[in-house]
Amino acid sequence: MGKLYKHHLFWPLCILAALLLFNLFYSPDFFSITMHDGHLYGSLIDILNFGAPLILVAIGMTLVVATKGIDLSVGSIVAISGALACLTISKGTDQNALGLIVISILLAVGLSVLLGAWNGLLVSVAGIQPIIATLILMVAGRGIAQLVTGGQIITVSSSKYSYIGSGALATLPFSIFVVVLMLIVALLLTRKTSLGLFIESVGCNPTASLMAGIRANWVILSVYVFCGVCAGIAGLILSSNVSSADGNNAGLWYELDAILAVVIGGTSLNGGRFYLTGTVIGALIIQTLTTTIYMIGVPPEITLVVKSFVVLAVCLIQSDSFRAAIFYRWKTRHYPGEKESIRHVS
Amino acid sequence: MKRIGKMGAVLALTLSMVMLGACGNNNGGNQANSGNQATKAPAANTGNTKEAKDITLGFSQVGAESGWRSANTKSIQDSAKEAGYTLKFSDAQQKQENQIKAIRSFIQQKVDVIAFSPVVESGWDTVLKEAKDAGIPVVLTDRAVDSKDTSLYVTFLGSDFVEEGRKAGQWLSEKYKDTTEDINIVELQGTTGSAPANDRMAGFAEVIASNPHLKVIASQTGDFTRAKGKEVMQAFLKANKDIDVLYAHNDDMALGAIQAIEAAGLKPGQDITIISVDAVKDGMQAASEGKINFIVECNPMLGPQLMDIVQNVVDGKPVEARIVTKESTFTSEQAKEALPSRPY
Repeated sequence: MGKLYKHHLFWPLCILAALLLFNLFYSPDFFSITMHDGHLYGSLIDILNFGAPLILVAIGMTLVVATKGIDLSVGSIVAISGALACLTISKGTDQNALGLIVISILLAVGLSVLLGAWNGLLVSVAGIQPIIATLILMVAGRGIAQLVTGGQIITVSSSKYSYIGSGALATLPFSIFVVVLMLIVALLLTRKTSLGLFIESVGCNPTASLMAGIRANWVILSVYVFCGVCAGIAGLILSSNVSSADGNNAGLWYELDAILAVVIGGTSLNGGRFYLTGTVIGALIIQTLTTTIYMIGVPPEITLVVKSFVVLAVCLIQSDSFRAAIFYRWKTRHYPGEKESIRHVS
Repeated sequence: MKRIGKMGAVLALTLSMVMLGACGNNNGGNQANSGNQATKAPAANTGNTKEAKDITLGFSQVGAESGWRSANTKSIQDSAKEAGYTLKFSDAQQKQENQIKAIRSFIQQKVDVIAFSPVVESGWDTVLKEAKDAGIPVVLTDRAVDSKDTSLYVTFLGSDFVEEGRKAGQWLSEKYKDTTEDINIVELQGTTGSAPANDRMAGFAEVIASNPHLKVIASQTGDFTRAKGKEVMQAFLKANKDIDVLYAHNDDMALGAIQAIEAAGLKPGQDITIISVDAVKDGMQAASEGKINFIVECNPMLGPQLMDIVQNVVDGKPVEARIVTKESTFTSEQAKEALPSRPY
């Protein structure tokens, strides 16, 4: 029992379960899943589908955070990648041509690699603090996305492209499979090779890792590239889900949700340790919370307040020292007189 | 090795500056439209009857954030050219300080009339006072300012968002005037706290209040975007079994919601009646396909009206303090007819 309680996934899972339990009582339809022309349909499926881009971005963010870095530019990369893919497709004569879709996807992912590498170079080679280095692309990236779209919303009518974000494979949304694939890649790379250890050691102490023979710069560069790719794919999913690219609003504030998911998942912003599965749970918690708020009809004016209260509660529950303090207060209840005497004695 | 590292840092910094600079230049590219300005900028407030070619109009636009805004910019540029005025155009890229700078430079250049779409509502008193002291009349377009002193500007030309909401409500009341059962309405609001969202909601609520059968059962913000519109509509569809009407505060949210409705196996426009505001191209397209039943136009083509106001102001004729843009509404059939000739 003690072991279970200490497990790093214990509290995130508890919170997710609590959210689902709340829905079970409040809106019983929440768990109903039906079949609709060949794919499953229900709130849980929605959470997975809409949560997919967030999970992807958060997976990339986890590795960056593990190196004691942070990537604020993911929201902008999401917008740029979606914009470039939609622009390429909209320029094509036959929007459903498979070749065109593949080219647009490769272009978008290629550009994401470049943008990720740009962040990585600024952090590793130029030695700029990650929060500043990625802030540059966060701000400039919105401009780039607007340049690509020309300030307009690009609409594409390509059923093949929209398959990425809203199609179904084996009755489940296709985007889930993309996420699972990326998660497996990340897990294998970090847990079955020594890369994970390198990332953690760089996060703890880059200089010491360099002395120990780890090319810290290469490790840092690679995590930012990976984060960029994750954000790029998330951008493809997001834009294909609505079959349009919106340079202004796509992926807006995504970086904050992603960082929150990472932190809820138990990864410390101080770097050195990371939990990919925890991050996935964290992202699911955020998406479940969003969907719950929509379903129970919280007035839009106070939606953010409700959200922040839940997040605050989540963070407090996860904090060891907070729990210890509460637990201590509960266990040692003193009467005023007793307190007085203790103070005098000590 | 160390030196290379330092050089790399410098290089990266330069690159980033070039990159940022390039973006700035490109966004500001619209300023080139100000073109070759008339050298003999006429002093303000002198002649009563001026030739059209002597009139200079300074216009500061919000930015180029949407198709609506681009159409708005184009309309103003085209109609200024048509009227023969010299237009000094500046793009504020969504920043108030850019707009204040632009207005100050218009004052220095002694343009005849300044027109602008304020990025935000507040904080304009000082710069408007400067324009007033310089004797240059100011016209607000599309968005209002919250200055107490209304003498700071001549007029406000723009849409009446409350009226747009009312029009949407009136069409719905008309459609369901004989109904005996409850009609469940869900509403997708614009960005919380924005004037269009507040006013479109208020106007709609005001009209449908007269019919007790029309009930708004859920109302949530979709931030004026397709992605949010889709996400919120999906949740609405799960939480409410019987939705009859969707009222979206702009076309983009309606378009997102249509995808959600289709994913639920329902027919947009038939199983769920859809009302929307804006009438941008994609929205009109959906309306012509019968997916949106009714669109209230929010007209960006206010160039011709603006030029009339400019002429009147320069001629010293009185101008009404509030001028509402001419706007119409479209049903599916009307949208089909109007679509080929729409400029945006």
